[in-house]
Amino acid sequence: MNGEVIFFVLFSLGAIIGAVFVLVFRKAVYALLSAVLTFVSMSGLYILLTAEFVAGVQLLIYSGAITILMLFAIMLTKQKTGTTRKRMIRFQWPVIIPIVLLMIIIFYGIHKVTPPRKPVSYGKNNTEQIGELIFTQYMIPFEMISVLLLAALIGAIILAKKENT
Amino acid sequence: MVSLSAYLTVALIVFCIGLFGALSHKNTLIVFLSIELMLNAVNLNFIAFTKYGFFPNISGQVIALFVMTVAALEVAIGLAILLTLYRNKKTIDLDEIY
Repeated sequence: MNGEVIFFVLFSLGAIIGAVFVLVFRKAVYALLSAVLTFVSMSGLYILLTAEFVAGVQLLIYSGAITILMLFAIMLTKQKTGTTRKRMIRFQWPVIIPIVLLMIIIFYGIHKVTPPRKPVSYGKNNTEQIGELIFTQYMIPFEMISVLLLAALIGAIILAKKENT
Repeated sequence: MVSLSAYLTVALIVFCIGLFGALSHKNTLIVFLSIELMLNAVNLNFIAFTKYGFFPNISGQVIALFVMTVAALEVAIGLAILLTLYRNKKTIDLDEIY
């Protein structure tokens, strides 16, 4: 049992436990904090997969920006903190059964998939390769993303503005 | 060495938990968090395939970055809609919004 397996088990347990407790906790702030556990564990898994730049971006965007935005939304609204029956829909079996079926079918598909090639390690210049690829092959999607950011910025300001001002 | 199917199984479990939360909870904020969990699971799949895939290529990491950007935008717009809804209806429960 080497270090990679130990850290894989730790991070994947963290991700799954955090995801479960998002649904279990009664207060929205606690659910948000356990979602942060999932996000941090996911970035650990990215580091294990030699994607260090994506792991750093994951920490910055998810655990930083999205968590703070959600925290503001929790502060500005009022939630009900009741029992499970108050927080969830009444009939859960029609939701649970298709999801479990989906899980079994996909697991049957992926449980023994073995790629024919050896795993690739991108090494130290991982970030450099991402930058080169963004500015050559993915140039147009990158520009579209910037236009989308501008549109979402304006849309969020207009939506959150009070009507009479 | 950890195999590809282990990473795919972790992503599958997190995706299914997020799907259940998005379909069964009444609180809109928890639904948003569940959608974020699902997007994260998809990103884990992309990055697992960049290392262990059938055609290993760094494009998966670029696609994961794009997915993260769109997820952040979705949260910004969604929370703006949520605040407007709360100002008008005084609730954010999904079964009290008509």
